[in-house]
Amino acid sequence: MWIAKSCLFIFAGGALLAQHAYTPGDVEEGGKLFRANCVLCHGPEGDLVPGVDLGHGKFRRASTEDGLIRIIQNGIPGTAMPPNNIQDFQAEIILAYLRTVASAGHGVSGNGDAARGKALFEGKGECLSCHRVNGNGSRVGPDLSEIGSLRRTVELEQSLRDPNAEVLPQNRYYRAVTRGGETVTGRLLNADTFTLQILDSKERLVSLSRTNLRESGFVDQSPMPSYRDKLNSQEQADVVAYLASLKGL
Amino acid sequence: MKRRASLFLLLASCLSAQVSFDRLLNTDKEPHNWLTYSGSMMSQRYSPLTQVTPQNVKNLELQWVYQARSLEKFEATPLVVDGLLYTVQAPNDVVAIDAVTGRTFWTYSYAPALDARPCCGRVNRGLAILGDTLFMGTIDAHLIAIDAKNGHPLWNVNVGKASAGYALTHAPLVIKDKVIVGTAGGEYGVRGFIAAFDARTGKEAWRFYTIPGPGEPGHETWAGDSWKYGGGSVWMTGSYDPALNLTYWGIGNPGPDYNGDVRLGDNLYSDCVVALDADTGKLKWYYQFSPHDEFDYDSVQVPVLADMDWQGRPRKVMLWANRNGFMYALDRTTGQFLLGKPFVQVNWATGFDEKGRPMRAPGKLPTPEGTLIYPGNQGGTNWYSPSYSPRTGLFYIPTWENYSSVFIKAPVEYNEGRRFMGASPRSIIGGLRGPQQNTRKENEGFGAVRAFDPKTGEKKWEFKMTDVTDAGILTTASDLLFSGGREGYFFALDARTGELLWRSSVGGAVASGPMSYSVGGKQYVAVSAGNSLFVYALRE
Repeated sequence: MWIAKSCLFIFAGGALLAQHAYTPGDVEEGGKLFRANCVLCHGPEGDLVPGVDLGHGKFRRASTEDGLIRIIQNGIPGTAMPPNNIQDFQAEIILAYLRTVASAGHGVSGNGDAARGKALFEGKGECLSCHRVNGNGSRVGPDLSEIGSLRRTVELEQSLRDPNAEVLPQNRYYRAVTRGGETVTGRLLNADTFTLQILDSKERLVSLSRTNLRESGFVDQSPMPSYRDKLNSQEQADVVAYLASLKGL
Repeated sequence: MKRRASLFLLLASCLSAQVSFDRLLNTDKEPHNWLTYSGSMMSQRYSPLTQVTPQNVKNLELQWVYQARSLEKFEATPLVVDGLLYTVQAPNDVVAIDAVTGRTFWTYSYAPALDARPCCGRVNRGLAILGDTLFMGTIDAHLIAIDAKNGHPLWNVNVGKASAGYALTHAPLVIKDKVIVGTAGGEYGVRGFIAAFDARTGKEAWRFYTIPGPGEPGHETWAGDSWKYGGGSVWMTGSYDPALNLTYWGIGNPGPDYNGDVRLGDNLYSDCVVALDADTGKLKWYYQFSPHDEFDYDSVQVPVLADMDWQGRPRKVMLWANRNGFMYALDRTTGQFLLGKPFVQVNWATGFDEKGRPMRAPGKLPTPEGTLIYPGNQGGTNWYSPSYSPRTGLFYIPTWENYSSVFIKAPVEYNEGRRFMGASPRSIIGGLRGPQQNTRKENEGFGAVRAFDPKTGEKKWEFKMTDVTDAGILTTASDLLFSGGREGYFFALDARTGELLWRSSVGGAVASGPMSYSVGGKQYVAVSAGNSLFVYALRE
């Protein structure tokens, strides 16, 4: 069932015209679907396939939303674009997400230098004290080995300057205190009615029984500091360029 | 919900220490863990844990179930490291699970290439671990290293051409700083190999081709160019003797499977066990169980290592229950044949000559019209793990008795990526994915757990099932034996007598090897069956 939401209109960039209203949640879900199904070939900006720029209405085969949905679902025979098991409403929110890509524009990192960014990341920025890249660094924060394939440069830039602006659900920080008084903090990996699974600040995978906890809950503030004032604009652009270059294996 | 005795926080503990190679060599010192596919480098699938006993095993109850998001056979044996359980959801998703609650910490999903074509299911049998790194082979012939704490891939190397039939389905074996795997693909005319990779980088360190190339000893056992497509696949995990620095691997069938006319000769090292120098991959010795095989008698079984008194002196022995219906004892230092006895009905060979070579029965060959052969195509046993208990001194084998196939021979040409088998045998007993109803008579084939004295080949007892079994066997230091079968029961037997002590219906065929571990002083027994992993412990 598709219910038109009323709270937020996101206008199209390029040839893509919005036919429904979408909530931020819809757009976020569309982004997840895009990252899970499309990003490997099209890239986080949607512009990796020559002649195609998904975020800016640049398509080869379709010009309408319906046409694009059919392509997402059926693929393009004879090309690398495969059919996908994606429902109509899922394809619609992928397109909604792509419209936000267009409206947000590109970040400032176009003038960043990835090599300098790597040096900053590993040196002045001390990023490895929490993050891990290709087997180096701490596991306490998110592993960034393939962050360039998963996040757009504007998102990376935002995370660098304002880490609290958007924390993905899989990166949420959690704090629990046992009845014995021991405090466990770390990234929440899984939770159910009776137990919690956390990668804690000592890089241990721990499973906690809720009955043994005195208190527990999400930590609202990201443990990551803002680099707005720690790095100058060029340095920020360099770090973002480095992160954008991390494509995983 | 019953509260646990301990009020302390950790249900599952943590990776407090890395899994060093020294730990892998000394698994007997940490019986609460299960650090390799078969539980130890000796591959006895024997747990030193004793909390569950013949007296209290009736009180086993289900603790948790992990339902795989996969309809493929669940053949993996988990690893357990200090309260963390790692297993593979077919085909190639690695999951890290709290071994006490069954809750998932992380999942690593790998999408194999679409042209992967493993012959017999998109399956995986497990993982290896070294340090904080897990290793998995994939059905598209990649070897992948994965961070055990967060599930991120660290390196990924391609070891064979998936579209030509190369695939990795077994759990890798870690020796020192290397990860060792072999390739499947015996039904596609691959040229099999075993290869070692640097655990830190994935760089290949050595490769042993199971079919010798021109100029190498054994090459003359292949007529013409048949060596190029001769199979000799590897799809079960080997073993290791640190004192000899030898690693032992079973080699699969020659190709084409059922028509040997194009590959006249013994076809070394198909259907062999090979002993390789673990540092270099150089062949130290071999023994061929089925020379010039035309029955698909892969010798991919787990090499079970045991130290025992043999005819009055201590001896390093290797026990082997072969698909061809014979059980063997070999001297694992030299490869010397010590004993060979049938453990099921056999008609393709009449015995062994003085060197241990099987003597073929006249007329027992595939023909265009078909020839009835015992054991049939799936063998008297197969890849299902046997067990050896150093306490009982018995060798336990999952068996198919009274099982035969009509073997037919037909011409076949090699085409890359196509089946290269030379006809197909006919059997009454179908595959695991066939109908679940069983209406066979006993003389048409049945499954059994059988216990043998490895020094004589004498059968000590058996536990008969109506249907056949694809399940491995676990024994414990409390003289329990756990196994299952195609009927969908997981059960416990008295390892000394074969008496049935407990059973549980798991609703799907057991096609994996059981294992045991403990956390916080509580012993668990785990088995994969159907599409799920089931974990049991004593009722509190």
